[in-house]
Amino acid sequence: MPRKKDTDDINIEMDADESESDDGGNNKRTNNRRQGAGRGGARGRGRGKKPASEDEDEDDEDEAPKGRRGANKKKPVKKRGGRNAKDDDDSEDEAPKKGRKGAANKKKGGKAQDSDDDDSDAGKGKKGKRGGKKGGKDEEDSKGKKGDAKGKDKGKDKDNDNDKKKKKKKDDSSDSDSNTNSEEEESMSEGEMARLMEEVEEKKKLIATIRNKPWRMKRRLVHLKEAQEFVDKFEGALGKGKGRKWYAYKVMMKKKWIKFSRDFENFRTACIPWERKIKEVESHFGSSVASYFIFLRWMYGMNLVLFGFTFGLVVIPEVLMGLPYGSIPRKTVPRVDQHSAQDYSVLMDFQGYCKYSIMFYGYYNNQRTIGLLKFRLPLSYLMVGIGTFGYSLMVVIRTMAKNADVGGGDGDEGEFTFAWKMFTSWDYLIGNSETADNKYASITTSFKESIVDEQENQKDENIHLRRFLRVLANLMIVCSLGGSGYLIYFVVKRSQEFANRDDLSWYEKNELELIMSLLGLVCPPLFETIAELEDYHPRIALKWQLGRIFALFLGNLYTFLFALFDEVNNKLEQEGSIRNASLWAMKEYYANYTLFLNDSSLTPPPMPPADVIRGPCWETAVGIEFVKLTVSDIQVSYLTILIGDFARAVIVRFLNYCWCWDLEAGFPSYGEFDISGNVLGLVFNQGMIWMGAFYAPGLVGINVLRLLSSMYYQCWAVMATNVPHERVFKASKSNNFYMGLLLLILFLSLLPVVYTIMTLPPSFDCGPFSGKPKMFDVIMETIDLDLPAFLGTLFSYAANPGLIIPAVLLMVLAIYYLNSVSEAYQNANMELKKKMQMARDEEKNRRNNTDSTNQVMKDLEDLLPRGSLMAPPEPEKPPEPESRLTKTKPGSAGKGVNLQKDVALASPNPNARGPVNRSPGPRGAGPGQGPGRGQGPGPGRGRGRGPPPR
Amino acid sequence: MGNKQTIFTAQQLDSYQDCTYFTRKEILRLFDRYRDLAPQLVPLDYTCQPDVKLPYELIGSMPELKDNPFRQRIAEVFSDDGEGNMTLDDFLDMFSVLSEMAPRDLKAYYAFKIYDFNNDDFLCKSDLEKTLNKLTRNELTEDEVRMVCEKVIDESDLDNDGRLSLEDFQTMIVRAPDFLSTFHIRI
Repeated sequence: MPRKKDTDDINIEMDADESESDDGGNNKRTNNRRQGAGRGGARGRGRGKKPASEDEDEDDEDEAPKGRRGANKKKPVKKRGGRNAKDDDDSEDEAPKKGRKGAANKKKGGKAQDSDDDDSDAGKGKKGKRGGKKGGKDEEDSKGKKGDAKGKDKGKDKDNDNDKKKKKKKDDSSDSDSNTNSEEEESMSEGEMARLMEEVEEKKKLIATIRNKPWRMKRRLVHLKEAQEFVDKFEGALGKGKGRKWYAYKVMMKKKWIKFSRDFENFRTACIPWERKIKEVESHFGSSVASYFIFLRWMYGMNLVLFGFTFGLVVIPEVLMGLPYGSIPRKTVPRVDQHSAQDYSVLMDFQGYCKYSIMFYGYYNNQRTIGLLKFRLPLSYLMVGIGTFGYSLMVVIRTMAKNADVGGGDGDEGEFTFAWKMFTSWDYLIGNSETADNKYASITTSFKESIVDEQENQKDENIHLRRFLRVLANLMIVCSLGGSGYLIYFVVKRSQEFANRDDLSWYEKNELELIMSLLGLVCPPLFETIAELEDYHPRIALKWQLGRIFALFLGNLYTFLFALFDEVNNKLEQEGSIRNASLWAMKEYYANYTLFLNDSSLTPPPMPPADVIRGPCWETAVGIEFVKLTVSDIQVSYLTILIGDFARAVIVRFLNYCWCWDLEAGFPSYGEFDISGNVLGLVFNQGMIWMGAFYAPGLVGINVLRLLSSMYYQCWAVMATNVPHERVFKASKSNNFYMGLLLLILFLSLLPVVYTIMTLPPSFDCGPFSGKPKMFDVIMETIDLDLPAFLGTLFSYAANPGLIIPAVLLMVLAIYYLNSVSEAYQNANMELKKKMQMARDEEKNRRNNTDSTNQVMKDLEDLLPRGSLMAPPEPEKPPEPESRLTKTKPGSAGKGVNLQKDVALASPNPNARGPVNRSPGPRGAGPGQGPGRGQGPGPGRGRGRGPPPR
Repeated sequence: MGNKQTIFTAQQLDSYQDCTYFTRKEILRLFDRYRDLAPQLVPLDYTCQPDVKLPYELIGSMPELKDNPFRQRIAEVFSDDGEGNMTLDDFLDMFSVLSEMAPRDLKAYYAFKIYDFNNDDFLCKSDLEKTLNKLTRNELTEDEVRMVCEKVIDESDLDNDGRLSLEDFQTMIVRAPDFLSTFHIRI
């Protein structure tokens, strides 16, 4: 009975039902009744006088034809005396269409007698109604079940929860037998309503979480249907008076909202691209390679949003509403350059027309508002620049938090080494036999390794040599890092010299980008070779490798940045002189103008915009550097794939026929997908985008294109040219690792941009902030001019250091506090862990030497097994068939026998709540305990006895 | 799949969406996959809930499962009859549990079922040995297998009964860093 077993851990109650659901109904039911009767008042809310009440029931049902039918059917269900309440409900279930009243009637009939203990007589009438209501509800509840036993089984455990409630209600509905039919819901009492509401809420919760239940689909569907019907029916009945309409409205809107959100969700998932592609890669290469592509897709999504911001709020407005090309100097190619402005080589360097295009900072005008809409472009430019960082930070951190939440694993290495290896090492994503073979091999080796580790634990043969080698390796790596940094600095310096000359070769022009890309290409393999010396475990080695490459890239980037700052400072000086010169010229011109024409109105000099003297516009220069860097990075990485992977694969594949050794198995072989390198490349690329986006809004667009194309290109390349990793080691928690890198890069790229925005003066003749002493003055200007005055004063207070310093202090304190709290938790955690370990060890020891030293414990031990053995003898199977036998026999065969049987029946499933109710002993404990509480005694006993042998 | 609407009623689709972690499109796609396994067996109309079961041989030959050492167990655990023969409901169930969205606890529960070869609700030594042999294709020696199994039980058996109960398994697996990423089949 594998199926039954499936369910019984989790929904223990149900399987009792299941086992019995089909045995002969009638007799059983009556039996139960009898028992009920026998048991009498103890059952309390139960049916002291069951038989009588039942008869009444029947009568009622006669009146309603449907009810009748139902009654017959229903009988099978009530096998469980213990669940009288249930029985009642069931009986009520039957009269579905007849309406609540019929049901109510029945119920009351059932209940009238037994509720001698009705204490709350106030508003009995109401309660009666309530009972009626309830009945109706139950009926609703189990509508789905009607007729089919399975449905019922399923319904049951849900019902259990309600059982208690119902019972209570029943008690209440003492004498309302007569007057039930008259009034309906309108006079529902508060308590009733609250209860109903609660139940509806419960059902709703069930609907929302039904997918989390480890049930069979069929069962879930039935439950879902019931719950939905129930909610449908009773939701509207809630609330009263004016409130009711409002409630109904609310409910309706909620439903609509749910529907809408589901549709939206459907739409959203339909929009997630590349599911298929990633799946394909995943099944060929396992989850680690796929994680790169998922990361790539995530980056694409984020960049798409950034792209939307930049283009929607900056580029498009400027194109649509700003002045057209050629209208003012900053939007015109200077005359000197015009002859070559369209040359391919010039355009490829992002000079000429490219430089004076929408892509770069310099093109934007400093008009405060543009177009009919009075769009404040400079303000929007600054806001988008800052918003880019804000948004990215938010997204990265949110994703990290989510991953951390899901990842959950605070896995202490070593605690569960073998268990984890055994249960989580198979990658269910693998759907390719070659990968599967590799996976098998790698799992085997990893097991063997752990076994060896376990056996020897440490095998330090020559620790001095190892140490020496490691120090040496690190020395070499530090040297190469420093070397690469210096190289870049040198090249940047040289490029500044070159900038003043015209006779440059192609190499000299692109030296910087070439060198940087080459360094990125050469150094990682170099590091890998050096790392061989160290002889670390591959996972640790991977971490070192990543860290070193990261340091390399970071060093390069920052060297580049510093060099760039030098250049910017040069440009600033240059600009200063040009500015003075042009101002002077302007003054001269105006002086002459007014002198000669005696006209003090200021018209600009009649000079074509192409001829105006202009400053170097350092912002555009920085933007160009970043764009060039990005583009060359794209080129290099694509070429690497083409040559390093594709050409290699082609050679290996086709030259293999005429070669002296096996190329596929031997030296070159096929490439493996380099996850860490690719991830780092992506992360650094993103860093450059973040840094450059402020000075070159077009850069975001380029990046989106790059990510898009590389998704397809790399997917193709990996499928066509790479082989699955031979040693698949999962970069575990990799997602957050990547995200952590990204966050670090984001922070590092934030620094220079914010620094330039806050300190450097913008160029005087280009860009949206020209003419202002600082870029952020545009905000001050907006505050002064567009917002009410008091806001301005408010801001000036807020910007007061006297306020900022305490705020910062407060934050620091908060961080300190939270930090210490988390540390305390961690300590507590460790303590608990230790305690658990100790307890386990103790237990183990105790088991091993049965001669416990502790006399008391010994006594206890003697006692315990007996106690726990008490149950088993009766429980096991035998009784069941017997009981079944009698049950099928028509007519009730003596109470005593049946009672026994029931007890026996109960015992195989101590978890079901039945036994508690039914067996003579527990009866005294109060039936209130019974329903829904079955689990209480269940596990304890179950453990003692071991599993019921089925 | 021109007229998708005729396969399921809108209501059926809604309930399936409530009961699984799939969106409507995915459910339809899964139905296609299911049907592709045996086009002659599976009707194109599920509105009246036909009683169709695909045998294990077909289910196990899906590319998603065919290289999985535990495919038989997966099919058995998720099938109604315990033999690996699956109805569409079972099929949806299986991929819902194995989907990305399913919560850890649910996955852990079913993982436990899958590794519990003899269906006794405990992972005992024989289960572990079978698991290990499937994972390594019998390439470990007897001794090694025994040792690994002992280690596993030693590590994660919290109540010291010499076998792993569901709770033991859950406490262990919940903290495993790659459980979620590997116990997962994309459809």
